[in-house]
Amino acid sequence: MVFILLSIVFVVLRIMPGDPVSSMLGGHAPESVIEQKKEALGLNRPIALQYLHYLWQICRLDLGDSMVFKQRVTKAIAEKIPATIELTICGILITLFLGVFLGAYAADRRGMVQDYVIRLYGIVVYCIPVFWMGLMLQLIFGIWLDMLPIAGRTGPRVFASTFEKTGLYVLDTILVRDFSALGDVLIHLVLPAFTLGLVLSGIFVRLTRANMLDVLKADYITAAEARGIRHRKIVYKHALKNAFIPILTMMGLQIALLMAGAVLTETTFSWPGMGRLLLERIYLRDYPTIQGVIIMIALIVAMASLIVDIIYAIVDPRVRY
Amino acid sequence: MRYSPAAGIGWVISRCAGLGKKYGLEWWILVAGAIIILAIVSMALFAGSIAPFSPYDQDTGPQLAPPGGEHLMGTDNLQRDVWSRIVHGSRTILRVAVLAAIISSVLGITLGLISGFSGGFFDRVLSLVMDSVYSFPGLILAIALAAMLGPGVINITLSVAVIYIPTYFRLVRGQTLSIKEELYVEAAKAIGASGSTILWQYIFPNVIATTVVVFTLNVADAIMIEAALTYLGLGLPPSIVDWGMDLSMGKKFLPSGQWWLITFPGAMISLLAVGFTMLGEGLAEILNPRLLER
Repeated sequence: MVFILLSIVFVVLRIMPGDPVSSMLGGHAPESVIEQKKEALGLNRPIALQYLHYLWQICRLDLGDSMVFKQRVTKAIAEKIPATIELTICGILITLFLGVFLGAYAADRRGMVQDYVIRLYGIVVYCIPVFWMGLMLQLIFGIWLDMLPIAGRTGPRVFASTFEKTGLYVLDTILVRDFSALGDVLIHLVLPAFTLGLVLSGIFVRLTRANMLDVLKADYITAAEARGIRHRKIVYKHALKNAFIPILTMMGLQIALLMAGAVLTETTFSWPGMGRLLLERIYLRDYPTIQGVIIMIALIVAMASLIVDIIYAIVDPRVRY
Repeated sequence: MRYSPAAGIGWVISRCAGLGKKYGLEWWILVAGAIIILAIVSMALFAGSIAPFSPYDQDTGPQLAPPGGEHLMGTDNLQRDVWSRIVHGSRTILRVAVLAAIISSVLGITLGLISGFSGGFFDRVLSLVMDSVYSFPGLILAIALAAMLGPGVINITLSVAVIYIPTYFRLVRGQTLSIKEELYVEAAKAIGASGSTILWQYIFPNVIATTVVVFTLNVADAIMIEAALTYLGLGLPPSIVDWGMDLSMGKKFLPSGQWWLITFPGAMISLLAVGFTMLGEGLAEILNPRLLER
């Protein structure tokens, strides 16, 4: 899958108009300078050769150098990726918590007002563009209530260099026991993570509700009712556990959506992650970096679905590979 | 009998209510969605007479005036009327989203039918390509495409269309594979129908019904992708009125508290997407009798 995608990206980037040399040198560079630069970057060689060279590079886990900046692509990505990971993990935690809980509650109250309200919430929240949700949250909590910061990962008085190790700031600040910095990092995380989490929670509400409805009809639930176990315990312990398995598989499929949401959230909140890197480099037509980021995203998606499959096998003892 | 508009409306309402009794809440979800869509479509059709100002008019009143009075939704930094821009902007987003959905459904359904029916090497390669595109974040693919194609209504439509082809392809291919084994297809083969006749007269009509629901939900999705692209400044030249672009322009005035510049365009995008989603959801529940048995 990754191979096919990177081939598609390679071809698309090359057949489209616009080239990195002119955006690098400005539109008025003399012809000879442009030719020289193209030669140096290897853009004059036949496409097939460029492609083979590119594949060989990737086999060696080398994503090449940026065409615009003097920088390794792998390094540029490595700098940005922790921010994206931190954001997406927090986002998915919020999504899971909200989505699964609301979905289970709706299934329990099937056909009642609460059920309809939650289902409506599912539809509406899914239809709100991530970036607009972000802007509105910024407006309400950042500007009107002036409670939360609306941009960046840290405030002006916190210096990331004092604690940066893994790039996951929450983890880093805990590691060096700098709790005032941890607080600062956390409040910067609240709005972006909630933006991402809220928008995706709509899908999980629907998934959980549908699965819970199936599970609640199962014989073992009736058996549990007959044994006189408290209703709430049956719904949230017995049923939810079983409904969670299909939800987990669906989660693997939602990773793609999560990554797309992360790109928009990052631009809205000036969050220095991979999405912003991708957009910045698209404007500069920096082919190697764009390819690198897209390969990275494809890898993340592929790895995430693998991890989900593994968790699936662990959680459900009935599954054996 | 003389035709009276009141009786006509009454008939429509009573039919709606009758169907509502039959299908329950799902029907009303469908109706609500349809009403939202109709309202926005008529806004797009009659934009000229609904909007009080031209969307380009840079002298409609004071700069950054809050909503109220002459300006229903206020004015922006270039003294343009926000409500007029919203009315005219509906044209762009509807055109792009619906056209994109049509392009991807036509391509996806055709490829899916042929691929599923013919099988073999062609089918395997195409499935592999479609699966990898499908599993990749659509928005990011659209961003890359839109950036490379450059701004323009046609280009953004194509960028959005490409990412939904696999959705139709996978659905139609799967159904074609199972319908191919049905008895009536075998009967058609036995009486000597040609391959293309079987494909278009026997398989195609059975496949098309389910794609209707997917199409509606697809339009809702395409709306949000279009808005995202234009919000990121990738999709359209600045001369075109568009909700996503108004949103990204209004973003600059967020810290100073001019809320109307971002609230209204964004709310309209959400409303339009909600309309199509509700229509799709309602259709899905009504067209799928298996769900009604429950």
